[in-house]
Amino acid sequence: MTLNANEQMWSDLGIDLESHGQLMNALGPIYGEIYLSQENRPKGMGFYDFVVGDIHGIRVKELREHAKEGGKVVATYCVFVPEEFCWATGAIPISLCAGTQFSVPVAEEVLPRNTCALIKSSYGFKLGRLCPYVQVSHLIVGETTCDGKKKMFELMAEQHPVYVMEVPNKRGAAGRTLWQQEVRDFKAKIEELTGNEITAENLAGAIKKVNARRKEFKRLSALRAADPAPISGKDALLATQVSMYDDVDREVQMMQALNDELEERVRKGEGVAPKGAKRILISGSPMAIPNWKLHHIIESAGAVVVGEESCTGSRFFDELVPEGTENLEDMLTVLADRYLKTNCACFTPNTERLDDIIRMARDLKADGVIHYNLQFCHTYANEAVQVDRALAEAGIPLLRVETDYSDEDAGQLKTRIDAFLEML
Amino acid sequence: MITAGLDVGSRTIKLVLFENEVSHRAVIDSGLKPVERCRRLLDGRSFDKLVVTGYGRDLVAPELSGATISEISAQAAAVRYLYPDAGSVIDIGGQDSKVIRLNDKGGVLKFEMNDRCAAGTGKFLEIMARALELNIDEFAKTALEAERSVTLNSLCTVFAESEVVSLINKGEDAHAIALGLHQSVASRLTSMAKRVGVAERLVFAGGGAMNPCLVKLLESRLGLKMTVPEDPQITAALGAAIIAANGKHKE
Ligand code: SF4
Ligand code: SF4
Repeated sequence: MTLNANEQMWSDLGIDLESHGQLMNALGPIYGEIYLSQENRPKGMGFYDFVVGDIHGIRVKELREHAKEGGKVVATYCVFVPEEFCWATGAIPISLCAGTQFSVPVAEEVLPRNTCALIKSSYGFKLGRLCPYVQVSHLIVGETTCDGKKKMFELMAEQHPVYVMEVPNKRGAAGRTLWQQEVRDFKAKIEELTGNEITAENLAGAIKKVNARRKEFKRLSALRAADPAPISGKDALLATQVSMYDDVDREVQMMQALNDELEERVRKGEGVAPKGAKRILISGSPMAIPNWKLHHIIESAGAVVVGEESCTGSRFFDELVPEGTENLEDMLTVLADRYLKTNCACFTPNTERLDDIIRMARDLKADGVIHYNLQFCHTYANEAVQVDRALAEAGIPLLRVETDYSDEDAGQLKTRIDAFLEML
Repeated sequence: MITAGLDVGSRTIKLVLFENEVSHRAVIDSGLKPVERCRRLLDGRSFDKLVVTGYGRDLVAPELSGATISEISAQAAAVRYLYPDAGSVIDIGGQDSKVIRLNDKGGVLKFEMNDRCAAGTGKFLEIMARALELNIDEFAKTALEAERSVTLNSLCTVFAESEVVSLINKGEDAHAIALGLHQSVASRLTSMAKRVGVAERLVFAGGGAMNPCLVKLLESRLGLKMTVPEDPQITAALGAAIIAANGKHKE
C-alpha cells in the first residue's frame, strides 16, 4: 500500500491508520451535514471549514515541523492550564479534542463505562492511537478538576508523559496559596521541558498575545447579542474549539476578519436566523471538538444559540490577564489569580458561575438557558440544582439536559428541546 | 374547521378529529411502517389541517403535509382543554414518561422527561407483564390484589426482567412481584414529579393512566387525588388537533 503524505505522517506518529481512517471518513459527512448545510454563513467561516476539512493534516504538520526544529508541543484538556508559559518559551500549547464517541469504545476496554464521555474520549484517543495531536505532543498536562480525570491521568501516564496540576477545591486563602505555587511549579516544568527561561519580557509578550485572542472572542460574544444573530451558535462554537489548538496570532487575525464581517452584518441588520428567532444560552460542561450535537439539535429546530457559558465559551476568554505588571513575580501572581477566576463546578462554593449565567442570559438577550451536562459529570449535574433555583428566581426559563456523545438519545433530546422552544 | 391530531407513538398511533369537540378517535398499533399506517388511518377522512405529535412526528409529518408539535405541548393543550383548572400533568407513554407543570394560562411552565432508559415507562411494565405471563390488564389487576409486595432491586428493564424470573423460580407470589414492579415505576415517577413540583389539579394522561394500580400508587405517594380523563390514551392526539385549530405549531 502506498501512503499519501498525510498518511505517511500519521504512520510516523504511530497512528493506527485503519481506525483513524474510519474516524476521518466519518467526520467528513458529519461536518457536511451539520456545518456546510447552514445557510447564510459568514465568509470568515471559510477558514474554519478549511481547517476542519484537513483537521489532522496541516496543523499537525506545522506542529511536527516545529518539533523537528527542537520546539516543544504541550497538550492540555482544561482551561485551567496557563498557556502563556508555553508561548513565552517558544512551545506550542494545544487543547486536545475529546469530543467524539468514536474513541469511547476503546477507552471502555479499560475505564468503567459510567465515566464521563470527555474522559473516555480523551483516554481512548491515546489508547487507540487515534489522534495525531496527542502523538505529536511532548507533554500532556492534566489537572485535578474532577476525580475521574485525576485517575484517568494516572493511567494515561503509562502511555505518555503526563504532568498534573492541582486545582484547589476552594477559592479561599489556602486555595489561593496552593494555586499560586502550582502555577510556579508548572512554570518550572515548562522551563525544564523547553530549556528556556521564562522572563518578565517573554511572559509579558505571551500574556499580550493570548489576551488579544481573548479580546477578539469577547468581541464576538458581544456581536452575538444582536437580533438577528449575525452568526450561528454552531459556527461560534467551532471558532472557539479550533482556536484552542490553533496558533494564537493566526487566530487573532482570523477572528478579527470574522468579527469585522459580523459587525457589518449587525449594522445592516442581517443575520443567520430571522429576527425574533428563539435565542438560547448554553451553560455547563465543555463541548470539545467535534461535539456539536446539542447546538445542532437546537438550531435545526429553528432557534439560535447566542452564547456558551462553558469552557468552550466564556470561561475560555472572559477574563483577561492584567497587563502592565513589570516584574516577573507580580506577573505570575496576577496570572495565577486570573486562572483561579475560572468558574468551574469543581469549586465549592461556585456561586460566581450562577451570576455569570444570569449576566450572560441578560446581555445576550437569551429567551432561555439550556443546561448541558455530560452524563456522569457529578459536579455539573449537582450544581445544576442551584442553577435551576437561581434562574427560576431571575425569571429565566431553563431546560436541563444530560447526555453524552452517542446519538442514541437524539430523539428524546429533540422532543425536550422542541417542547422547551415551544414553551418560550 | 375540522382539524386532525395524530400521535405517532412507539407502541400505538392515535388519531383524533376535532371540530369544537372530538368527532372521531382511533387507536392502532404502530407496526413497522408507521407512515403507511397513518395514511390508512386518515384515508377517506376529511379535515382542514393536520398536526402530528409523538416520537414519530418528524418521520410522518412531512409525508402527510402535516405540521409538528412536541408531545409535551400537545398534552398540555389537551389537558387544558379538558380541565381548564389543571395545574400539572403526568403522562406515562410507551417509551417516555413526562411530568409537566402548567402556568395559569395553561402553557408549559416546566417539565421533565425520563432519560434514555426505559425504567418508569409503559414499555417497562409491558415487558414485566410478559415475564409474568400476564396481559397488561391482568398485570395491573394482579398487583391491585396483592397483600404485600417484594422490593425489586433493579430499575433497569433488562436486569429487572431477570430478577422477576428468578423470583418466580424461587416461588415468590406473582401478586407481590406485580405490585413491586408497579411500585418501582411509581417511585420513579414520584421523584420526577417532586423535582418539577406538581400542583392541583393533577391530571394523569397517556396510556399509563389506564392502569388502576398506577393511579392508586401515584396518588398515595404524591398525596394528591389525580384526575384521569375518560380516554387517556388519546390526549396527546387531542392536544395536537386542538393546536392545529389554534396555531403555535411548527410548519
Ligand atoms: S469544566 Fe472545569 S475541569 Fe472541565 S475544562 Fe472546564 S475548567 Fe476544566
Ligand atoms: S465533564 Fe465533568 S466529569 Fe467530565 S471531565 Fe469535565 S469535570 Fe470531569
